[in-house]
Formats: sequence, C-alpha cells, structure tokens
Amino acid sequence: MDWMMIFKAFIIGGIICVIGQILIDKTKLTPARILVAYVTIGAILGGLGIYKYLIDFAGCGATVPLTGFGSLLSKGTISEVQTTGFIGAFTGGIKSAAGGISAAIFFGYIASLVSKPKIKKQ
Amino acid sequence: MKPIQSKEEYQSYVDDKTPNSPILKNCFNAFWVGGLICAIGQIIFGICTSRGIDETNSYTIVSMSLVFASAFLTALNVFNKIGKFAGAGSLIPITGFANSIVSPAMEYKSEGYVMGVGAKMFTVAGPVLVYGISTSIIVGLIYILFNTQSLILI
Amino acid sequence: MKKVGNQSYILNKPVNIAATASIVGPKEKEGPLHQFFDQCLEDEFWGESSWEKAESKLVKETVSMAISKSGIASSDIDFCFAGDLLNQCIASSFGLRETNIPFIGLFGACSTFIESMIIASSLIDGDFATNTICTASSHFCSAEKQFRFPLELGNQRPPSSQWTVTGSGAAILTKEGTGPFITTFTPGKIVDMGIKDANNMGAAMAGAAEDTLITHFKDTGRNPNYYDVILTGDLGHIGKDILIDLASSKGYNIRANYNDCGVLMFDKEKQDTHSGGSGCGCIATVFSGYVYQMLQEKKYKKVLMIATGALMNSTSTQQGESIPGIAHAISIEL
Repeated sequence: MDWMMIFKAFIIGGIICVIGQILIDKTKLTPARILVAYVTIGAILGGLGIYKYLIDFAGCGATVPLTGFGSLLSKGTISEVQTTGFIGAFTGGIKSAAGGISAAIFFGYIASLVSKPKIKKQ
Repeated sequence: MKPIQSKEEYQSYVDDKTPNSPILKNCFNAFWVGGLICAIGQIIFGICTSRGIDETNSYTIVSMSLVFASAFLTALNVFNKIGKFAGAGSLIPITGFANSIVSPAMEYKSEGYVMGVGAKMFTVAGPVLVYGISTSIIVGLIYILFNTQSLILI
Repeated sequence: MKKVGNQSYILNKPVNIAATASIVGPKEKEGPLHQFFDQCLEDEFWGESSWEKAESKLVKETVSMAISKSGIASSDIDFCFAGDLLNQCIASSFGLRETNIPFIGLFGACSTFIESMIIASSLIDGDFATNTICTASSHFCSAEKQFRFPLELGNQRPPSSQWTVTGSGAAILTKEGTGPFITTFTPGKIVDMGIKDANNMGAAMAGAAEDTLITHFKDTGRNPNYYDVILTGDLGHIGKDILIDLASSKGYNIRANYNDCGVLMFDKEKQDTHSGGSGCGCIATVFSGYVYQMLQEKKYKKVLMIATGALMNSTSTQQGESIPGIAHAISIEL
C-alpha cells in the first residue's frame, strides 16, 4: 500500500472540496451549478493536458472529485480521436466515463425500488 | 433606524441582518470528509493495481465502488446527513454525483417508474452530463482541428 | 361592514370563531408548542403512499375534527375556504372532495389561512353565509419536493432558510356565538422588496408585513399597545428582526408584544430549523392550536394576526424574478 499516495489523495481531494465549499457559502450557487462548474473546468483542464499532472501527483485525490470526471471525459475523447478519428470526438467521452455513469443510473434505479425517502431529523 | 428608501438599500440592510454560513467550520468538515473519500478511493485503487488490474480500469473500479457506496448510503437515508455535515466534502467527489441521481429517483417513485424514477433521475445530474459531455466533444473537435502535439499532453 | 381608512374594514357584527382544530407532524411535536395541538403525527406519511396524499389527509382530518368540535352539522356549513402550497392546491381539493360542502380554493401562499378568514367573515357579515370553515395546510416533504431539492440530496441549508411546517389548521366561523370574535381586518397589498434569494423568505415578506401592519394602525387609529399580542405568520427569526426595525423606522415600536409563528413553532437551537418555521400550516396551526387556546383562557384578549406569503414559484426563481410578498391582517378580540 502506497501510504504517501493515500496521504496526497487526502490533501488534494480535501483542498478541491474546500474550494467548492467556499463557492457554496460565498456565492449561493446551487449544488447543481457547482457540479456543472466542476465537471466543465475538469473537462477543459483535461483537454489542455494540465489535469494529468494533478492525477500523477495525487491519484484519486484528483480523479474522485468531479473535475476528475470531467478530465476523464476529455481524455477519453482525445484518445478515441487518435484511434478512430472524427467519430471519436462523439464516442470517446462517454465510453471512458461509462463505468461511473452506468453505475449511478443502475444503483439509483435499484435504490428507488428498495427504499423510500425519509425526513431529515436533524 | 432610518426609513429604507430603495430596493438596493433594503438588500444591503438584509445582507447585514442575515447571518453568514459558518464558513470555517464548513470548510474544515468539507476538507476532511472530501479528503477521506479520496483517500478511500486511493486505497481501493492500490488494491486493484496490486492485483494486476491496469490503471484505467482501476480508476473505473474506484468510481463504481464510490458510486455504489453513495447509492447505498442514500438508500439507507444516511447520505443526506453526511451531506448536511460535510457540504462540498461529499458533494464534489463522485459520491455527490451519484447521490444527485439516486435521491430524485427515490423522491419521484410516487410518480411511477417511467415518468417518475426514470425521467426525474437526472433533474440534478442531467446538467452535469450535458456540460461535461459537450465540453469533451468540443475538446475533441478542437483537437482534430489543431491536431498538434502541444495541445494534448494526455 | 364599514371601510375605514385606505384598506381596513370593521365588521358590523363581529364574526364568531366557534371551534378550531390542528394536526401537526413529528418535527412540530418536538417543538415548544406541541401541547397546544389536537394531534401530532408520528411520521410524515401517515400511512399514505405519498406526501401529497398525506397532506390531503391532514386537511381532511383537520376539517372533520373542527366540524365535530363545533357541533355544527356539516350540511349547515355554507362554505369551505381552503388552500395550500402544492401546484393547483391539490392538497385542499383532494382532501376535501368528499366533504359535500361548497368549496372555494384559495391561494395566497403562506397567507392563505388569514385570507380565507377575511373572505369568510365578510360573507358572514354581509349575511351571505351563516357557518363557514377556513383551513390551510403545508407539508415539509411535499414543499421541499416542489420548491427545493429531493429529501435525500446531501445539501446544506443556509442559515436564512426556513423549515416548512407539516400541519393543517382549521377554524369554523359562525354568525352567532360567544367568541372569540373577528372584529377588524386589513387585506394587504403586494409589496416587492426586490429580494431574489429564495432561501431568505423572511426578508422578502417583511416589507409586505410592515405595509399591512402600519396601514392597519393608520386606518383604525390604533397603536401597537392596543393588542395583547401581534403575531406574523412565518417571517422567521430574520424576518421578525427586520419587521421590528422597519416598524420602528416608521415610528411604531412593536418590540414588546410582537412575535412570529415561525419563531414560536420550533426551538431554533435544538431542532436546527435555522430561521424558523414557514408554510401555510405555520400560522394555521399556531392560531388554531396555541392562540385560540390563549383566547379561550382569556390570557389574550386582543390579538392581531398578520399572515405573510411569498408569491413565487420555482419557475419564477429560476427566471431570476424577485419575490413579491403579501400580508393580510385580522384582529381577534374577546
């Protein structure tokens, strides 16, 4: 187990979340807008090839936040363009992020079958 | 107090009156919960790679595991309590994305499985996919246009 | 009924409040006023399959409880005025579809309860009705679903946000009786203070409350000391402070005998309800439970109730509109 990477993932992941928290508290952006902003920024940074360095440095500290999801979409698009050309711009993104998206949809559906929402007690 | 004359004056008076969010406490909680989620992801990643799974697939397994954990906790009516405590700490990681799909799915179950669960699942996460995928397509098109190595280092 | 001043009315023959009923949810049960309510629910679903159905059941049961407490046959009730926060007021109309009482659905956002009492007492005063029932309801879960986010979404509520009361209150107004009586009312104007933050309803509605309050005093020649208590509907902690400031800036000191139903409903610290309660059910249950009992025990003799409403929906918020407020006032005296 690479403890140094785990520590770096903790620090970088934490910092990325703190930036989001400051945005929430200072700008009154809704959660949906924060997520959209993060995924878009991640896709742009991924496309420019900058986000790669953060992933190399912090591993899951960079891939688990939604910026990582965005960069994954761009990364997938570019590598697919390299292999299949023009059509890859349209297929590569979702292909690379398919695991997370499909899991969320499937587990969401299962959750709606087995569980009911409850009030926040506190 | 003097009578308030304009809407601008009222807005700035209201801003003074309204308490601010406890930002330091919120940031501290967001930091350690967000960091912890990423660290757990890194541990899962470590386990995957040590079993000989390649890097790309390992990252996918990390995402899917965290998505599952988030969906599971949402179904147990626990995730909203974590979210209330951690704020961006549980929202920004992929757990927040999963929660934003699972929570409306559960909420709109009463409107049926097609127009309720199926359609409303994306009320919060839909925009994330729209903007994420659209941006990535634009990135791909720009890459084709300028097919220069300097643009992509990935 | 005679008009005094700009927009206040004094009833020729005060309208009697014969009975009230209130049913609230589990969170309200933990609040400081719980002993005043007729019934407190153990869970938000109340055995129904959806929150909308649960809210309809709240309305239905509250109305039938009020009718049976009053001892009036439901066939002798001329009108039922009801409203809620759900789209097209379905909680009221679905809850009351089997009552066989002429039904008038109202929407005044959270001011609906007092709005219905104003209309009902005008009709009774004008001899168009003898017995009427007024009711309003709200439900935390159905309101969150419609106006905000799914319950299970892990988001944080800002300190200025308010907690929609799960509950329904009903009052039977009659021509004859021994009181308490509705004597005066002041229907409010729409006042837009330009607030756009849907998480700060108190601030958006405080301007309307101030307008109605001061108009009421000017029209009737009364001052704040005339009343034992002045209660607004759901301004919450922030809106309450703002109203005190706004009133004092116009020369009325209401600090001594003013409070807000949203403030009374929950224990802010223990229950983590941020700025306090809100929703149609807030003033409806606090009046039907707490205030009515205080009047019967003669602890209050003159009460001014000002229901406040934020006239918006989720579309208007998304389109960047500001939130207009409304406030209606009635005086209830022994």
